[in-house]
Amino acid sequence: MIDTPHVDWLALAPTLALLGAAGVALLGSVLVPASVSRGFAAFVTFAGFVAAGVLAGIVFAETASPEELLAESMTRDRLAALAALILAGAGALSVLVSWGERRRDHAGEYYALLAAAGAGMVFFVTASNLMTLFLGLEWFSIALYVLCALDTHRETSLEAGLKYLIVGSFGSALLLFGSALVYGATGELGFAAIAQAGVEDELLLAGLALVIAGLGFKASAAPFHMWTPDVYQGAPTSVTAFMSAATKVAALVLTLRVLTVAFPEQEDLWTVAIAVLAVASLAWGNFAALVQRDLKRLLAYSSVSHAGFMLIAVAANTELGGRALLYYLIPYSAMSIGAFAVVAARERELGAPATLDNLAGFGWERPFLGVAMWVFMLGFMGLPLTGGFVGKFYVFSAAYDAGSTWLVIVGVVATAISLYYYLGVVRAMYMRTDDLRASTQARPVVAGGSPPRDPLLATAVAGALAVTVGSFFFVQPLIDVARDAAASLPL
Amino acid sequence: MTTALILLPLVAALLVWILPLPGRAAGAFALLVALAEVVLWAIAVAGFDFAGDLQLVDRQSWFSDLGVSYHVGFFGFSLWLAGLTVVVCAAAIGYGLWVGRERARAYHGLMLFLTGAIVGVFAAQDLLLFYVFFEAMLIPLYVLIGVWGGPRRVAATAKFVIYTMAGSLLMLASIIAFGLSQGTFDLVESGESGSTWMFLGFLVAFAVKAPLFPFHGWLVDAYRESPPEVSAVLSGVVSKAAVFGLLRIGIAKFPEPVDDLQVPILVLAAIGLVYGSLLAFRAPDVRGVVAYSSMGQMSLIVLGLFSLNELGVNGAILHSVAHGLVSATLFLLAGMIELRAGGTSDFDVLGGMARGRPMLATLLMTTGVIALAVPGSAVFAGEFLILAGIYDEGWWWAAIGAGAIVLAAMYMLRLISAVLHRARGAAVAAEPRDLRGPELALLVPLVALLLVLSAWPASIAERSIPASGAQVEATP
Repeated sequence: MIDTPHVDWLALAPTLALLGAAGVALLGSVLVPASVSRGFAAFVTFAGFVAAGVLAGIVFAETASPEELLAESMTRDRLAALAALILAGAGALSVLVSWGERRRDHAGEYYALLAAAGAGMVFFVTASNLMTLFLGLEWFSIALYVLCALDTHRETSLEAGLKYLIVGSFGSALLLFGSALVYGATGELGFAAIAQAGVEDELLLAGLALVIAGLGFKASAAPFHMWTPDVYQGAPTSVTAFMSAATKVAALVLTLRVLTVAFPEQEDLWTVAIAVLAVASLAWGNFAALVQRDLKRLLAYSSVSHAGFMLIAVAANTELGGRALLYYLIPYSAMSIGAFAVVAARERELGAPATLDNLAGFGWERPFLGVAMWVFMLGFMGLPLTGGFVGKFYVFSAAYDAGSTWLVIVGVVATAISLYYYLGVVRAMYMRTDDLRASTQARPVVAGGSPPRDPLLATAVAGALAVTVGSFFFVQPLIDVARDAAASLPL
Repeated sequence: MTTALILLPLVAALLVWILPLPGRAAGAFALLVALAEVVLWAIAVAGFDFAGDLQLVDRQSWFSDLGVSYHVGFFGFSLWLAGLTVVVCAAAIGYGLWVGRERARAYHGLMLFLTGAIVGVFAAQDLLLFYVFFEAMLIPLYVLIGVWGGPRRVAATAKFVIYTMAGSLLMLASIIAFGLSQGTFDLVESGESGSTWMFLGFLVAFAVKAPLFPFHGWLVDAYRESPPEVSAVLSGVVSKAAVFGLLRIGIAKFPEPVDDLQVPILVLAAIGLVYGSLLAFRAPDVRGVVAYSSMGQMSLIVLGLFSLNELGVNGAILHSVAHGLVSATLFLLAGMIELRAGGTSDFDVLGGMARGRPMLATLLMTTGVIALAVPGSAVFAGEFLILAGIYDEGWWWAAIGAGAIVLAAMYMLRLISAVLHRARGAAVAAEPRDLRGPELALLVPLVALLLVLSAWPASIAERSIPASGAQVEATP
């Protein structure tokens, strides 16, 4: 009789639900009649994300204090549960956005991969040792590489997939090398054990630097963001929507976990390193976004700059910082998916990539989507009536509280710069003068008849809108949840 | 009560946006709500004890870990500013209805939203809430100017937003620093701070909003390119958010920095007063004159506030209300003149409009004469108090202020004669069309309020100060 470790099935349940959904969706594409297989896959995936969300909610409620699982390779705590909840929400919205993409082939694979990527991320955020960390990272990354390249008839999609694969693998390699160095220095893999080893030498520091760089790739923090604009632009828009929200949640939550749990002794160093990454992301993301005409590229650079804002919260290395990050992720995910959903809607109308030029008049033609996009832009800018405002307020408060007033100033200046391009989107939607419209020769939308109806996409946008605005009014419950989650970390 | 004043227009805005009303009906509904808002305000005034402190308070925790709450209420002076808001906004909405703005539902919803946000600014008793309303004003203004404005509106909105946001983001940094160091963002509970940097963050935001020299770069484009009724709200009411902020936050919370920086601020205000008045004298069109005169008058108000004594602050409040009414009336009149002159208000092509247009002439003359502070007018009373207050700080300030009043007479009389007198201008139709019934219904109440205020300036001057929450010296 072999001794098996005790398995905490509840802690694994969100991951398993998504894995199961992926399997069923994949099998369905073979077994279910072709006429309904797309609907079947989408439904199963949606149900998988919802189930994962519910289960994550149960884990959150049932877990008062953190617990190490499976030979300390995973943690069951509220941080991971909250992250899983956000990821599940992001995944469910992405399924709704995906439906209207009239995908002729690979429908089953598409949804199965989406669920598999979600499962990988939900697993990734529970990681509490360097092996599971790498395993989770590769798990969701490989699923995403394929998703990016899934539109095989589009050259840009293939390019995006390849670019993401190469650059992403490079990031993973850095992370793996860093993990090896940390293991070499301490002889430990578990995060808590690394901290307890109490080693302080160059090897460990080199490992720490490489781990930060590897996670920086996934969070698309400058200067590790080079892949972001190309991949966001080339990938199918519904995949971009999912990636922009979910990858960021997973990468940032794990960055916070690794740094605070495994490297508390080196905090003087990594808080500075993270602050530098934050400033670089804010500067690079915002300046590059100023000159973009393609909407997906613009939003890609905007996501780089938001990585900067969230890293400010990580750099604070305080309980308030953790709370700020976890709060920020909620409206940010909603805004990001919502904005890409609107882009997807415009692309489907035009049959061409959405740019600032062919957005002219969109706000008046599609009042609901226009207003929603307006609100998402307000949220990105951090203006009131959106959770983006409260998020920025918390991030800046955390930075000020931690004594880095200069980060507040950098953040404020970056916000001021970002107004130009976010308002540029609004201007393009609502304020094109007639002569300008003639000069850019915006083509009339779908010839004859109204634009295609897509109730599921509208539902996803409405959901994102509800979270974006709702998180402004109901800060207290969300911040309580964020506080509980941040309490799992030794901050 | 205060919450109702804020929420009524906001909820109505949502209704206008959602309900599929035809354009006119949406406008009529908006006007009805705006009038109900005026009635609501009148009820609030009737029950207000002007000798007392903060009243009509509503409070609800928003997020407790950083000590932020939805905390609203009125002091005497802020209730007057709110009154100015509801009256001017009602007139502006009426104007939009009368002109028949395109995309009426979007337009009227935005105007109602703007009304609610401005009332919120004057009611806010929590710093973060104040910031929320302060920024919320910007959102509808951006769209109102950008969509319904003049030909160069896109450039004007960009300038307006960049100036305003640069100022208010610095204020956000100051708010965070102030709130975290005090442990609460509540304006009533928090104490005073001696930090000059924090004060400067607030000061810049309010200096842009007012605007104060040298932060006035956005002013003339925004006032020229906006629809006239939006200019009326912008110059008449939105600029007064700076007055509220300087008094309730700047002077009340930063006594030491205010003391240290009093002279530089007074110098900027004096420069703005003279420079704005001179620019108004040289401006080539009606809107330009009103825009620059607005800058001059706001500088005068700042001069009164930073006299830091009761006379000056009283005068500043009275003048805020009087100037708000004057400038709103003048912008609406400018819009009506433009309607009669093919969309332009250039003095080159105007003139002789008094002939056959007795109503227009009378109203423009009356408002103009009040604006140039003829003795006995509300503006005169306000300016007199301001000058009396600032005299305490040095006779030269009062001398500059008095000089600027002469300049005001010059630019106002120039405006009146350029529009009404001389030979008939090229753009003025030979067949005169006087103001119609609906236009009179908008303007006559505003002018009537100005006349009431002229007859009884003490209604405001004696009912604002004891409860401003700011420490100012008592009248000597």
